[in-house]
Amino acid sequence: MNLCELTILQAHKGLKNKEFSSVELTQAFLNRIKKQDKKISSFITITDKQALLQAEKIDKDISANKDISVLAGIPMAVKDNILVNGIKTTCASKILENYIAPYNATCIDKLNKLGAVILGKTNLDEFAMGASTENSAFFTTKNPKDLSRVAGGSSGGSAAAVADNLCVYALGSDTGGSIRQPASFCGVVGLKPTYGTVSRYGLVAFASSLDQIGPITKNVEDAKIVFDVIKGKDNLDSTSVDIKIENSKFEMKNLKIGIPKEYFIGGMDKEVENIIRQGIAKFKKMGIVIKEISLPHTKYVVPTYYIICTSEASSNLARYDGIKYGLFKKGKNLIDVYLGTRGQGFGDEVKRRIMLGTYTLSSGYYDAYYLKAQKVRALIKQDFDKAFEQVDVILTPTAPTPSFKIGEKINNPLEMYLADIFTSSVNLVGLPAISINAGFANSLPVGMQIIGKPFQENQILEISKSFES
Amino acid sequence: MIDKKEVEHIAKLAKLDLKESEIKKFQKDISEILDYFNLLKQVDTNNVKPLFYPVEYSVDSMREDKENSQTLETINRIIESAPERKERYVKVKKIL
Repeated sequence: MNLCELTILQAHKGLKNKEFSSVELTQAFLNRIKKQDKKISSFITITDKQALLQAEKIDKDISANKDISVLAGIPMAVKDNILVNGIKTTCASKILENYIAPYNATCIDKLNKLGAVILGKTNLDEFAMGASTENSAFFTTKNPKDLSRVAGGSSGGSAAAVADNLCVYALGSDTGGSIRQPASFCGVVGLKPTYGTVSRYGLVAFASSLDQIGPITKNVEDAKIVFDVIKGKDNLDSTSVDIKIENSKFEMKNLKIGIPKEYFIGGMDKEVENIIRQGIAKFKKMGIVIKEISLPHTKYVVPTYYIICTSEASSNLARYDGIKYGLFKKGKNLIDVYLGTRGQGFGDEVKRRIMLGTYTLSSGYYDAYYLKAQKVRALIKQDFDKAFEQVDVILTPTAPTPSFKIGEKINNPLEMYLADIFTSSVNLVGLPAISINAGFANSLPVGMQIIGKPFQENQILEISKSFES
Repeated sequence: MIDKKEVEHIAKLAKLDLKESEIKKFQKDISEILDYFNLLKQVDTNNVKPLFYPVEYSVDSMREDKENSQTLETINRIIESAPERKERYVKVKKIL
């Protein structure tokens, strides 16, 4: 049995039945990371000593026949924009290259309490801005399925690590598709929860009305396990809410899946479309009703998303000024410190987005861009509200193409932005969505996205699980 | 195409020091992207209320204005993160 190929449930069973110890399991991953990660480059920091200490603790509990949680002793990886106390959190940026987190993110606290083993921090696009992990200030993460191609982004490190069995599961963050798109490119499962269900405390903010933390896993069951642990209202995040689990035992056969017609008008890879249509046919065979729906404001989603996220980012990234933490460039006066620190600490894409957001929020342009975008956002939400009156979930491709070649899109920012076309609407409206593997186009994974009504993670997880089997 | 002066103005507002080559590159990128943003002009948003947050907050998320202490370990880490400091003070350039 290859320990690194185990899912959460399989690993948990193995630990409980004393087939192997958590230390053995953890060491297996650390060995594999040492061997493989020079090809993939998914980790920025490897926390081997701490991981083994965490594993030892759990092994003691297991020997004493104590009850352990399903996540106890299971090695995981954390995207490097989520704070883990005492460990570097770099956001893949030079401006935080040596920043040591002074506290845990709430989701990390929750996982620690249950005995999770953290193997390390994974690579991302700088400050989560990107769709390929090529914007990392340190290195690009390669797609394990084809090393000449991107792992997707911004949670590329986490997705590649799960896909290449360098951890059992990982945490990512999603602002416009950053969990789902890399999951799609790497052939694994990625869940973006409803906005507010997972605390953002300890997640380095990119766009505060859009960001969410979520699991990247080998299968749907594992995604549900991790989600159930990290969800919940947190007093430290005033945008978090409690989900009222209505224990709605819904019948699969009564579900209706909506297919948005605007998502299938050109611009999508032919192979991707075929695979998605095969997926739709599979659901039809299961007896589920498929209905065509309309999301009329679809063509305005990407500009709306990019106006809002860059505006919010320009505000959130103002804190990187060389004073409280991070990179510091000496200057004759305060302004020079700011200019030098930020000028040298931020990469191109981050600077580009800060400038766009500064412009769209500036006097004379605020109404035409930012306010306008927030109004169009309201109309996009109306589209989904109307659609959800007719159907329970919405099915779309996760991305218009499979993974692209490293370097292919990096010089055309606008083309890169269009990679978010199917995923960013979900963040604008705050809905839950999952990406699962639907097939392969020339050996490259193609993901299918299932979008649910707010707080209906259980529904989209159940539907995905039935597709998986 | 937005002009060089505007790019320099935005960079100043955003406190970003840009090299000459960067200004040229960003001028092109930003112009292209702003053109794309103008797509939203096509949408009729008369009488539409902006949606700033995706969730309707009916919950009162205010708390009492009481001090919530951090552990000494956390406080020390935070102070030690500051690049310029003197004892337990964070040093900044004078502004007056």
